[in-house]
Amino acid sequence: MARLVERIEVHGTVQGVGFRPHVHRLAAELGIDGDVRNEDGRVVITASGDSADLREFRRLVRERSPAVARVERVEVSALPPSAAPPPGFVVRESRAGTAAGPRSVPPDLATCPACVAELFDPADRRYRYPFVNCTDCGPRATIVDALPYDRVRTSMRGFPLCAACAAEYHDPSDRRFHAEPIACPDCGPVLSWGALTGEDALHAAVTVIADGGLVALKGIGGYQLVCDAADETAVLRLREVKRRPRKAFAVMVPDVDHVHRLSFADETSALSSAAAPIVLLPRRPDAGLAASVAPGLAELGLFLPHSPLHHLLLAALARPLVVTSGNRSGEPIVIADVDALATLGPLVDGVLTHDRPIRSRYDDSVVRGRAVLRRARGLAPEPLPLPTPVRGPVLAVGAQLKHTTALAVGDRVFLGPHTGDLADAATFTAFEETAAALARTQGVAPEYVAHDLHPGYLSTRHARHWPAERRIAVQHHHAHVAATAAEHGVRDRFIGVAYDGLGYGDDGTLWGGEVLLATYRGYRRVGRVGTAPLPGGESAVRHPARMALGYLYGAEDFGTHLDRCSDAPRARVGELLERIGAREAEVVRRMVARGVHSPVASSVGRLFDAVAALLGLCDDATYEGEAAVLLEAAAHGQPDTGPALAWRLHRRDGLWVYDPVPTLRDVATATDPPAVVAARFHAAVAQATRALVEQAADASGLHTVCLGGGVFQNRRLTDAVVRDLDDAGFEVHVGQRVPVNDGGISYGQAAIAAARLEG
Amino acid sequence: LGHGSGGRLMAELIDDVIARELGTHGPLEDAALLDGTDLVVSTDGFVVTPRFFPGGDIGSLAVHGTVNDLAMRGARPIALTLAFVVEEGLPIEELRQVTRSAAKAAQDAGVPIVTGDTKVVGRGAADGLYVTTTGIGVRLPRARPSAAAGVVGDVVLLSGPIGAHGTAILSAREDLGFEAEIVSDSRPLHRLVAAMVEAGGRDVHVLRDPTRGGLASALNELAEASRVAVEVVEDDVPVPPAVAAACELLGLDPFHVANEGCLVAFVAPDSAPAVLAAMRARPEGAQARVVGRVLDGPAGRVTARTTIGSTRIVDMLIGEQLPRIC
Ligand SMILES: [Fe+3]
Ligand SMILES: [Mg+2]
Ligand SMILES: [Zn+2]
Ligand SMILES: [Zn+2]
Repeated sequence: MARLVERIEVHGTVQGVGFRPHVHRLAAELGIDGDVRNEDGRVVITASGDSADLREFRRLVRERSPAVARVERVEVSALPPSAAPPPGFVVRESRAGTAAGPRSVPPDLATCPACVAELFDPADRRYRYPFVNCTDCGPRATIVDALPYDRVRTSMRGFPLCAACAAEYHDPSDRRFHAEPIACPDCGPVLSWGALTGEDALHAAVTVIADGGLVALKGIGGYQLVCDAADETAVLRLREVKRRPRKAFAVMVPDVDHVHRLSFADETSALSSAAAPIVLLPRRPDAGLAASVAPGLAELGLFLPHSPLHHLLLAALARPLVVTSGNRSGEPIVIADVDALATLGPLVDGVLTHDRPIRSRYDDSVVRGRAVLRRARGLAPEPLPLPTPVRGPVLAVGAQLKHTTALAVGDRVFLGPHTGDLADAATFTAFEETAAALARTQGVAPEYVAHDLHPGYLSTRHARHWPAERRIAVQHHHAHVAATAAEHGVRDRFIGVAYDGLGYGDDGTLWGGEVLLATYRGYRRVGRVGTAPLPGGESAVRHPARMALGYLYGAEDFGTHLDRCSDAPRARVGELLERIGAREAEVVRRMVARGVHSPVASSVGRLFDAVAALLGLCDDATYEGEAAVLLEAAAHGQPDTGPALAWRLHRRDGLWVYDPVPTLRDVATATDPPAVVAARFHAAVAQATRALVEQAADASGLHTVCLGGGVFQNRRLTDAVVRDLDDAGFEVHVGQRVPVNDGGISYGQAAIAAARLEG
Repeated sequence: LGHGSGGRLMAELIDDVIARELGTHGPLEDAALLDGTDLVVSTDGFVVTPRFFPGGDIGSLAVHGTVNDLAMRGARPIALTLAFVVEEGLPIEELRQVTRSAAKAAQDAGVPIVTGDTKVVGRGAADGLYVTTTGIGVRLPRARPSAAAGVVGDVVLLSGPIGAHGTAILSAREDLGFEAEIVSDSRPLHRLVAAMVEAGGRDVHVLRDPTRGGLASALNELAEASRVAVEVVEDDVPVPPAVAAACELLGLDPFHVANEGCLVAFVAPDSAPAVLAAMRARPEGAQARVVGRVLDGPAGRVTARTTIGSTRIVDMLIGEQLPRIC
């Protein structure tokens, strides 16, 4: 029978995930001759066999691929018989080719069950070795210098393999065949704590944590701060040193059993996935953690050990630990050992570190339901789809807070990890480094820059250094809804609903509650939420109580002005004014009346702030979105079928406008307890949203809806909106792999830039 | 045109329109040195509302503003001109008061007003009263300050607290009802500069009075012109408590608020202690202090080390202060 020869190219996340050994095994099974190698970002196979075997081989290459691989495309071309390989199948060294086209850096993978078993097996040569890994697990993106992904181009370059490790590395039948970061106690990295090393170092850290101390720990994508999650004194001290007064801390638990002890989790698959993110789960009231771990919240952020070091630590302590990023609030996570010693060292009782360098900064990812709220370790930088292939590489520089950078190449977008608030000098440097690293790993020089319209974002200022003809300015909320559309492969015109805090509108005012008829190229604003002034601008954002006064004194007037309902019982307004104080309230009133530093905004995020303040849940915010988070938490457990608060739709200047004043009046006067009012408020916003969308649909005939913006991190609201719109026959999308918050802006910018460049 | 508050938009307007049409280039200075001489010239228009405010009025402000612009080039002011554009209907008594105040300010500064001009325009053609002053000065013998002369290693000195003038004007204009009255810091700085030059000579590299756009804009312009980075320590920049409280309520960053009576200087480290001592010996520099350093960083980058030890980027004001929080 004639043996055919084929060249098979496999595109996707296929490097660093055990793909070549997988191909080797299949070839051996089916009697295929040839070879396999990594080339740029793809796997290239030369295969020779009879036609039926080759067909089966191609099918299995695609379908039975390793768990964490993601095959996007397989290209097959016939080769002449003269290209027939010698008998047998070999795995070749990678070749740094010259081919253009996107390449994937594999994300970091949580320690696999086989490696965990070895870690705790006294007979294994890697027993209790904190750097055990294999082709199915271990660090990837955080140690890569350049592609193709091979040990020499990672931070493991400095650790030559010992004979035993080398044998595993070169044996196609071994689980560690071409596992680039493999190591063992004889040849790999070493743990340290001051002068102590290995088990002594680990023991020292365990003792400090057990005694209620704080430890800085070198994790996978950066340093982390760790303490006993049941020790209130320790947790309070951690809040003090991190300068993080109230925002919830994530808790790492030893195993799934502990997850069930702390939370009501119907399923734990995300927790035990290879990405091992922090997952927000409804907490048990009897969870028994320190009160200040997640004050006022109905959920806990839980995650499982994702590195051998975490496994050893959690096994020794056998209790939940607070594990949070090693930085002070607003600064990027520390990755360099010298920085850790200098900046974290003085804050803690010891630093548990090691000598495997971290090349890229990856905070822990955060997942809520099906939605990724922070796309970082384990998820980034896996490529995302682009609806329109891009003409030349585009650098999308994102927004300002929850900052991310994206690089669009070909038909894919590489979304970098989340870095934080650009106003912080270290974060800004991290942004520049990320942009450079994305370009370097892709081997391209960006030809265009996509940026926000906001003139004050430091990302916009950065983009201004580019020549005008290479800059693409993108409206913030258009980017939000385009991100959702692109993630879900929406092709045609759609209705975009963007609810967030604040973004710069195309009319120079602040937006944040917008309904757009959109394509990737452009949009038309067809609906919005009623405006209110922000007394003192950012000051009103930091103080939700002042935002409530903004609505009280200056909400957009549709004849139902809030301040004029003074005859109604305004119990909650009275309480608010009492808390603020007459003097300050009077200054704010005059600021609003005279328009002094009180920009108006059509923002749903600010409406949530005002309601939280009126209900006495949050007068002053210590982190972005705190008031909204507390408002959602207050409604937790309330039925979502109760009557909604009042709301109204008006037509103004050609737009449909949700007037929140009747809603606010109900908040101020309802005699229900805050929890019930909070639930009824969510229902009102959901109903008003449906009404806005229906108007947009009537006008356009569209029935695809894309939701975007940070407000949709609110699960109660999102679930209600999705259900309502679904009931009304709409096809609804909301960001899942891409954060709906500003972490998704750069991706939306990239999608829009690609479409605009099409001409 | 949203360029009223100074800062970045204003800088772009001057760059893109004014400087381009005039064909001038080089760093933006407060005043110009006349080629081949030691003569320094500066001119400035004043349009403040309200015209009378705690600590001064448009007349004294017009004198101090121009005297200070001359001083920032190391010049001793020798003469001023004074021109009015008056809107019909302005009470004569008000014009008299403003003129009297300008005369007194000039006398206190020891600078004669040597000539002037008055124009009356119809109602609505101007907002009450505009004042323009031009000043002539002679450069002090050892003074060579320039916006472009900052070098890495220089010490950044600030002559006094910031934020008073802008908040005083705003609260007077809008009648916001603050508890404590805030008084403008408007005053002449040429004697302070003379003392600094006496002590530091050519080591006084850069002088700038952080008027519109505040300290942030001044530092950004200087860092840009000198092609250096500047880092200040936030806690070392004095902000009077009443000003800080007003700024918090108004959502203003004190670094962006206008001043009329303080200056920032880049001085070579060897001379900095002597210059600082000379400043402190004068009443207008009694609260002078070191607030930062000139660094070898990205040109034009200004940062502030915060109370909690992180470092924030201090950008120029973009038009009105627009929230960047999403
Ligand atoms: Fe946003
Ligand atoms: Mg963090
Ligand atoms: Zn493994
Ligand atoms: Zn080894």
